[in-house]
Amino acid sequence: MEKSKLDSLSKLDATSKLPTPKRDTELRQVWRHLRRNRLAMVGLAVLVLFLLCAIFAPFITPFDPIKTDFGNALQDPSSENLLGTDWLGRDSFSRILYGSRISLAIGLISVTIGMLIGVPIGALSGYYGGRFDILIQRIIDILIAFPGILLAIVVVAVLGVGVENVMIAVGIASVPIYTRLVRGSVLAVKEQGYIAAAKALGIGDARIIIRHIMPNCLGPIIVQSTFQIATAILWAAGLGFLGLGAQPPDPEWGAMLSKGREYIRTSHHLTTYPGLAILFMVLGFNLLGDGLRDALDPRSRKHR
Amino acid sequence: MYGYVIRRLLLAIPVLIGVSILVFAIIRFIPGDPARAIAGVHASPEYIEQVRRELLLDEGLHVQYYVYMTNLLQGDLGRSTFTNRPVTVELAQRFPNTMVLAVTAMVIASIIGMSAGIVSATKRYSLFDNFSMLAALVGVAAPVFWLGVMFQLLFSVQLGWLPSGGIGTWKHLVLPALTLGLATAALLARITRSSMLEVLGQDYITTARSKGLIERVVINKHAFKNALIPVVTVIGLQFGTLLGGAVLTETVFSWPGIGRLMVDSILARDYPVVQGAVLLLAVFFVMINLVVDIIYAFLDPRISYGTKEVE
Repeated sequence: MEKSKLDSLSKLDATSKLPTPKRDTELRQVWRHLRRNRLAMVGLAVLVLFLLCAIFAPFITPFDPIKTDFGNALQDPSSENLLGTDWLGRDSFSRILYGSRISLAIGLISVTIGMLIGVPIGALSGYYGGRFDILIQRIIDILIAFPGILLAIVVVAVLGVGVENVMIAVGIASVPIYTRLVRGSVLAVKEQGYIAAAKALGIGDARIIIRHIMPNCLGPIIVQSTFQIATAILWAAGLGFLGLGAQPPDPEWGAMLSKGREYIRTSHHLTTYPGLAILFMVLGFNLLGDGLRDALDPRSRKHR
Repeated sequence: MYGYVIRRLLLAIPVLIGVSILVFAIIRFIPGDPARAIAGVHASPEYIEQVRRELLLDEGLHVQYYVYMTNLLQGDLGRSTFTNRPVTVELAQRFPNTMVLAVTAMVIASIIGMSAGIVSATKRYSLFDNFSMLAALVGVAAPVFWLGVMFQLLFSVQLGWLPSGGIGTWKHLVLPALTLGLATAALLARITRSSMLEVLGQDYITTARSKGLIERVVINKHAFKNALIPVVTVIGLQFGTLLGGAVLTETVFSWPGIGRLMVDSILARDYPVVQGAVLLLAVFFVMINLVVDIIYAFLDPRISYGTKEVE
């Protein structure tokens, strides 16, 4: 008897917790805040533009990004080749367009990897506390001891070069950030009355974490992920530049820039534009991240 | 306070042990046959066997780690499979170069970043403020290797003012240090500005002003010192990012430092050197964080971490 009552209670609780219309207005509120933020809108516009380029690249440019044309090598920008051609006669503009596919994919996939590993570990670590928490925190301390891009480089050194390994490497390198972030958020809400109430109702730990705690961590996770994608793109381009990422003939921006250096005296468009592409994409995510942070929590400006 | 320092020192020990385990694991985690990967694709079976024997790959992991740690504590990091010189010699030759680069970059970043941040905060919404904050946004987003190449293009290829790479005179240091420092300068400018703005809004600043103190004294003596706390923390943390960025900057400017050595060694599958370089950078970074935490505790007496209350 008690069991069914509890079940219906928890169902009631679950449904009343996330009513669709309320969520809708929350989303709309965030959007309204965001829309008023001019820089965030610039960032969003830049990202939409890159996304469109990535999706419609074959329709925007008639050139194949990989097909070589030696007779047409190292041409300066012209009406035919908007950003010139490279040492193999490939159209630079097309390669940059197609390159946005690689960078966006690396950014999104590696951050997803980092999130899928880091968020659950952080949530469990914060929720259960105790020895498990201490153990996880010490492991994170060790990972954080590898500064910046270095952890990603170490992982690539182990797994070998290539785009897939870069995604894994950058993903692993972002795990500590998510673990710390989610653990902090969980610790902040764990002691709230409604969690105690849920426990008193006999709701299982898994359900409490997923239904009642995680929704509160969603904002910080979204904001952090936006910045983290930017970092991932920068790191991946760096690995590409070092020859540890995408391999020829893939039109990856970092690798393009690295090879373009050999022609810097005659054809500097080969280094200038891939770098600008990285800069704008990263800037887009950073501006959007700033905007989201302010929209989701107006007090957050004082955080950093 | 001293209790905190000792506790903080002790806390670094497990981290250092963990770092050593991870670095030790670099070779052991190579997918497939590590001996074959290290020896190279075209290596003879005899050579692969030799590598396996030298690295004790047939022994249990605990035996391998024990030998690795015993050697490490005696300052033996193995030999480069490429040059056959001791890894410690290779590292000792390069480390000072990386230090010079990183420290110069940090000094440049602190000077540019902090002064831009202070002026921005005191002249909020002025042309300078808008411009420097825009520059800071771009500075954080620009890939460090691209900045380096653009500086080479402008100052070496076109203007011919500074050398595009190598090491030797102070002129060789200018472009790499500036390249490496700019992103940190951008971040420091933003942090200093927001920290200053927060402090300038405090009551004791109003009090200082109402005492009739001139603005320069208010800014320098009352505001800046208190605004400095988050800035110092960020400088410490940024040192790690800077060491990571040094890998890229050193590659752009052919700067013979640890970062470039590490990348070259990865590409040459010279794993003992990779391990040594990674270990050195990580241990160094742990030490820096330790120092920053201790400085932080001295700067901000409110942090007593459970020990005796201070003042």
